[in-house]
Order: sequence, then C-alpha cells, then structure tokens
Amino acid sequence: MIWWPSVASAQPTTFMPPVATAIAGQYNGLYGFLLAASFISFVGVVAAMIYFVVKYRRRSENDKTAYITHNHALEFMWSFIPFVLFMFVFSWGWIIYSRMRTFPEDALEVHVVAKKWDWRFIYKNGKEVTSSVDANNKRVPPTMVVPLGRPVKLIMASERQVPSTPLSEAPTDRAVIHSFYVPAFRVKQDVVPGRYTALWFQADQPGEYWVFCAEYCGTSHFDMTAKIKVVSVDEFENWLASEGAGELPLAELGRQVYAQKACIGCHTLDGRPSVGPTWKGLWGRKVQTDKGEFVADEDYIRESILEPNAKKVKGFENAVMPPYTGTITEDEIRAVIEFIKTLK
Amino acid sequence: MAHAATHHEGTNYLNHERGLWSWLTTLDHKRIGILYFITVFFFFFIGGIFALLIRTELFKTGVTVMGPETYNQVFTYHGAVMVFLVIIPGIPAFLGNFFLPIQIGAKDVAFPRLNLMSWYCLILGAVFAVSSLFVGGADTGWTFYTPYSISLKPGVVLMVVGAFIAGFSSILTGLNFIATVHKLRAPGMTMNRIPLFIWALYSTSIIQILATPVLAITLLLIAAENIFQIGFFDPALGGDPVLFQHFFWFYSHPAVYIMILPAFGVISELIAAFSRKTIFGYTAIAYSSLAIAAVSFFVWGHHMFVSGQSEVAGVLFSVLTMLVGVPTAIKLFNWIATLYKASINLASPMLFALGFLFLFTIGGVTGIFLATTALDVHLHDTYFVVAHFHYVMVGGTLMALVGGLYYWFPKMFGRMVNETLGRVSFFFIFAGFNVTFFPQFVLGAKGMPRRYFDYLPEFEHLNQISTIGSYMIGIGFVVVFIAVIHALLKGEKAGDNPWGAKTLEWTTSSPPPHENFLKTPIVTAGPYEYR
Repeated sequence: MIWWPSVASAQPTTFMPPVATAIAGQYNGLYGFLLAASFISFVGVVAAMIYFVVKYRRRSENDKTAYITHNHALEFMWSFIPFVLFMFVFSWGWIIYSRMRTFPEDALEVHVVAKKWDWRFIYKNGKEVTSSVDANNKRVPPTMVVPLGRPVKLIMASERQVPSTPLSEAPTDRAVIHSFYVPAFRVKQDVVPGRYTALWFQADQPGEYWVFCAEYCGTSHFDMTAKIKVVSVDEFENWLASEGAGELPLAELGRQVYAQKACIGCHTLDGRPSVGPTWKGLWGRKVQTDKGEFVADEDYIRESILEPNAKKVKGFENAVMPPYTGTITEDEIRAVIEFIKTLK
Repeated sequence: MAHAATHHEGTNYLNHERGLWSWLTTLDHKRIGILYFITVFFFFFIGGIFALLIRTELFKTGVTVMGPETYNQVFTYHGAVMVFLVIIPGIPAFLGNFFLPIQIGAKDVAFPRLNLMSWYCLILGAVFAVSSLFVGGADTGWTFYTPYSISLKPGVVLMVVGAFIAGFSSILTGLNFIATVHKLRAPGMTMNRIPLFIWALYSTSIIQILATPVLAITLLLIAAENIFQIGFFDPALGGDPVLFQHFFWFYSHPAVYIMILPAFGVISELIAAFSRKTIFGYTAIAYSSLAIAAVSFFVWGHHMFVSGQSEVAGVLFSVLTMLVGVPTAIKLFNWIATLYKASINLASPMLFALGFLFLFTIGGVTGIFLATTALDVHLHDTYFVVAHFHYVMVGGTLMALVGGLYYWFPKMFGRMVNETLGRVSFFFIFAGFNVTFFPQFVLGAKGMPRRYFDYLPEFEHLNQISTIGSYMIGIGFVVVFIAVIHALLKGEKAGDNPWGAKTLEWTTSSPPPHENFLKTPIVTAGPYEYR
C-alpha cells in the first residue's frame, strides 16, 4: 500500500498517528483498504442519488412515475456483494487481531499498575517508573523505556489509590477500569480490577510515544497519560541497570514473601508434595482441581493466594490454607508470581 | 342544520376538549403524541445546551469555561438526556403515537390508559434523573460502567433510578404498538399493506419489549450495589465488572436499533411521498427491519473487543456484527432505487430525507471499521466512535425526526411549515453537522480518546472546527423552533393532503377528528400505489 503510510515512522501524519510497530503498518494497510472501499461506495450512492434527483425532478403535478415494485436480480446483487466485502474485511481484521493477541514466548515482561489517575511500571529487576511533579506542580507523566526490536509484554492490574486503607474507611477509593492505549502501536487493552490483563508490542522505530487511558475513570481521566521511549537494546540495558535501579528483583522479593508469610510451611520448592502442592514446575502447568482443569497463570496464582478455597487441587482437598485477603499486598502477590515463574 | 354541519367539521382532536387538565388526563393517542412532542423537544433543548457546553470547553486546550469535574458531569447529562429522553422516545413515542393508529385505520392504540401511563413514566423518570443534579450530580457517562459507578454518590443512584423508570415508558409503548398492529387494523389492511413506518415501529417494539427489561434489571443491580453494598460488579465486593458490560450492551446495542429503525420508517414514508412513486422492494425493506431487530441481540460483544473478553468471543461478535451491515445496505439501495424514474419534489421534508441518506451512509460504512476487530482495537473509545454514532443518531435519527415533523406537521396542526424556514434549518443542520463531526473521525483515527476534558496541542485545530460546526447545528435548531412557532401562529392553512401522499392519514381531515376517521376506512390497496 504505497499510497497509504504503512511504513514505519516516528512522526504523525495529517491523518494518522506514528507507525512504530509492524502491527501498526498492517493496521494502516487494512484501514486504507476499507477507507478506499467506503469512499467508492459512498460516492456511488451519493452520485446515484444526486443524478436521480436532478434527472427526475418534478416537472408538473401530473408527472407519471414508473411502477417498479422489485427486481430480484438487482436485490440479490446488492445483498451479496456487500456480504462478500464484509466477510473479506472481517477475515483480514481477524488475521491482524490474532497477531495482536498471540503473545511471543520470549517477550520482555513488565508489570503495569493503573490507579486513579496514574500509571506505574515495574521491571523484573525491581526498577520502578512513576510520574513526578514539576516546579509548577504540573504532573510529569512517567516514561517507560523499552528496547528497540524486542517484543515487550505488559502484565497489567488496576489498584486503589491507597490500597492500605480498608475499603470501609475510604469507600470511594475503588479500583476502576482503565485502558492502556498506545496510538502509535495501534494497541489497546482494558485494565480490569480483580484480574490481570495483558498486551504486547514490538517497537521497530526509536522515539517517544504517548500512552493514554482510554476507559473513562473520573476526574483526571484526561491527564492519565504516560510515555513509551523506544531506545536501542544497549541503551535500554544501561538504563535498566542505572538511574536508581531497584534494590531487589521481583523474584527475590517473592522469595522473601515466601518465607515471611509462611508459605514455606506447606509448599516446597523441590517438587515434593507437603501439606500443599509444591511450587516447583507450577508455572504454566495444567492443574487438576475440584472445579476442573486450570492453567497456573497469574490470575490462578493470585486467586489461590487470596481465596485458597475457590479451587482446591486434586489430592489436597482436605488441606486447609487461610485466605490471605487483607494480609498480603498486590505488590507482594506480583513478587510471588515472579518467584514461582523462576521455579522451573 | 347547516350550522350544525359546519360546527361538526370544525371539531378536531385539538378542540375536542379544552383546558390543561384535559391534556394531562387525555387518552387520545394524538394528544399523547403531542405531549411527547413537547417533552422530547424540551429535553432536546436541555441536552443541546449540554452539547454546546462540551464543544465550547473543547474549543481550546486547558480550561475554557469549566473544570474537569463539571465537564465530566456535562457529558454524562448530555448522553443520558439525549439517549433516554430524546432519541429513544423521539420518533416512536411522538410521531409513532400520533400516526401508528391513523396509518392502519384505527381509532386509537389498543391500550389508551397504558399509553398515558407510559408518558407519565417518562416524566417521572426524567424528574428523578434531573433531580440528581441537585445532590451532587452524576459523572459516570451515560454507560454507568462499573466499578466506577459504584461510587456511593447519591446523584448516580438517582440517575440510574430515573433511567430505570423511563425504561418502562419504552416497554409499555412497545407492548401497546404490537397489540395495536395485530388487533386494530382497518378492514382490508393486511400485514403486507401496512406502511413501512409501521413495519419499522413494529420491529422497534419487539426490541423494546425484549431488551429494555434487561437494562432495568442491570440498573436495579447497580442501585442495589450502591445502596446495600451487594457485590454484583465490583471485585472489591466479590463481583465482576465485565459482567456489567455484558448486561449493559445486551440492552444497549439493540437500543441503538430502537433509535434508528423508526428513522428508517420515516425515511421510507418521505421518499415514497416526495417521489410520488411506489417504494422499491417493500418486502425487502419490511423484512430487513425484522432481520436487523433479530441480529441486534447477538452483537453486543463488539463493544467489548478490548474489555478482557476472550479472543474467540471477539471474533464471533465481529462476524455477527458484519451481518447487520447487509440488511442495512439493502434498505439504502432500495431508497436510492425508489428515486429512479420518480417525480421528485425537493420540499424541505425531502431535503431532510436526502440528507439522511448522505449522512447515514457515512455512519454505516464507519460502522464496518468498528466491527472489524483489528481496527476497533485502535479506534475503540476514541473520537472515531463518537463521530460514528453521532452520524447514525443525529445524522440518521434526528434528521428523520425533523423531516418527519415537517412532513406530518400539516396533518397534526392543520398548518404548513414555512418552506424557506424549513430549507434554512436544513442547511444549517446538515452543513453544521458535517463540520462538527467529520473532523472527529480524523481526531479518533489519530488517537484522541473520548471523554477527555483536555487534549494534546496537536488536536486543537480539528477541535476548533468541530466546535464552530456545533454552533451551526445550534442555529439550525433555533430555526426549526422558529419554523414551528411561526407555523402554529401564522402558518398557511393545510389541506387534507398537501403532499399528495397515499397513506391513510392523508385521507382524513387536517387536523384529524377525535377518533381519526368519521367513517372506518376500507383498505383495498397497498400504501404506495402511485400509478
């Protein structure tokens, strides 16, 4: 599609945002095709309308009009051709959509936390990126740095503004739905309280790109922005290791939580069953429970910590684990998940 | 004797009884239609003020006339008022109430008392919704997405209760229309002789009866969650926020067709009447309304491609949504084909019908963009969506409403609308509409999210064009108002059939007598027999 910008570009054009990923180029190809098809159909309809209106304008009150009730061949044509066109566009969209939703195995994983009205990015080495305030008390959006040409997967959660205050004391401070939207990458995913959602991208064009919150979330919804800075892999590695890198990698924090919150009493790390099932090799495995088979992913582990009785692993139905709701923070759960991911 | 006869001819539904009380207790479908007329246009005025406030605030970056909290309330009230109190009751409850019984040759609707009660439901619902303004207001958007709407704000609860009550107006009107169409048709008025406006209202009524109760239940659940802290939708209480979206769109997507199908009906009437030609593909147009009504129940998930619902669901909802495009395209082509070898009178109602075809085509093709999964991921919740549904709701439904008002005004009040005023209003509404909303497609494609109080400097020019366009629409509707007042006070007297149309309402006097026809009509032909 030479006539439509599907080549990578860090700058917006008159009609489109920057094209910073391969997906964005594919998006532009489909968008351009549909725009052309729509334009041709629209011009056809309006031209026919105007032509008939001019040609068959009423000359006198006694005009005779044709008596045409229907025409099966014509009606079949104008039902069938749109149908074929719609199915074609649907299929093309499906192909790109499935690429958007198929996560590469080797992606760099970054945790994203949304709250009213800010984004926080947590890298696996413990480095955090948050917003700041400038001299005029104006919010400076956080800038997430990612490596050029490498897939990045975001694991996103929505949290309360002050998670440590009980809901009964701050009833209006609720986690609400946000949506992580990067126009230059043509990706968007709602961030839903009570579960993890994910999206991925691979930026092929160095530059700085806007992140917007696309799901209305209240007073400062419009100001809930962030930036993604795409830099070379070397530059990224340097950045990740410097500028106040986290003291403690997430998995290490998870190991500490494992000991401090008494997980260690019932869950082994070496594959032996104890009071509860072992954590070794748990990540990504299919787990047989009393409610059916589930893949041990982020949501499964989070639920098993907060509400252990929701799904009980086969063979451990009689084991009793206290629910951790209220005694473990979301940051600690994230760390435990990262810890379990390392126990191959 | 002569005196008595003259007196009898001068009696119509307007002077059959007199006094405010006779209007507030009337069981006459025509008078109830007029009550809806006044109500809908009053709320359109309120919703329009909110719209102009939104556009004024967005004229430039930063604070223009209000802060973000006020802005969020303003767009919430604009959406809620326009959807629940204007567009949904607009055509069916106003024009439908007035003309459905007359077009099928009936004396009234099947349940006149229920009909009056429906109007009171709308008023009561509106009172609740508006009263929320005095207890802090609501800032949830008209979609009430959870958990944001579980905010314990009394304004939100009142607004939700208002929408709940107004919903019953819609359900009961739908019930009434279905019963009327089935039971009260005049002798000879078979189902394949009823006008296409009736087919459209009939399809709409089916959706109103089946979908609106789901909204009612959902709104009750929100109210219960807010008042009693029962966890249906907020994960903090053990609920699921995405479940709300499923419930909400299970109603609100069919509701989109509640808003547009009656407009299709009006357009069919206008095009046939001002072309003086039988409509092309009567059966196809009639059944495509039913097809749209049926498919509309299986497409709600296209509002949720990025909500966290499964990819399989996304793909299924995408292909089902594409199916809606087919019957919609069929209608459009049938209307265009009707113009072929016609005798076209470009009176102001017809201008609105042709304007509808122009704008609705844009609204329709941009719907295909949004139904396509990969494109919607980017366009969802941006100004592209705002532009799309305004092209359908305003460019479609409101254009049809004004066109229908001008077309049937002589029948309703016995006076013609001034043609110059009609044309001037068309010019301002049609041109202003495109100036307002076309730039919003570009804004959305470039990535400006909706419901934003402020935006990047690079979006400012397009927003300014859009705001100027909105003032043009405002002027257009002021002219509509002047045209209506002028017609009521000084309008030229209308004959029984000023347009030379063939449907039954034009066979009775203007305005019609108390029970519509002095003698029950006997129908021997279809509605558009122009030979």
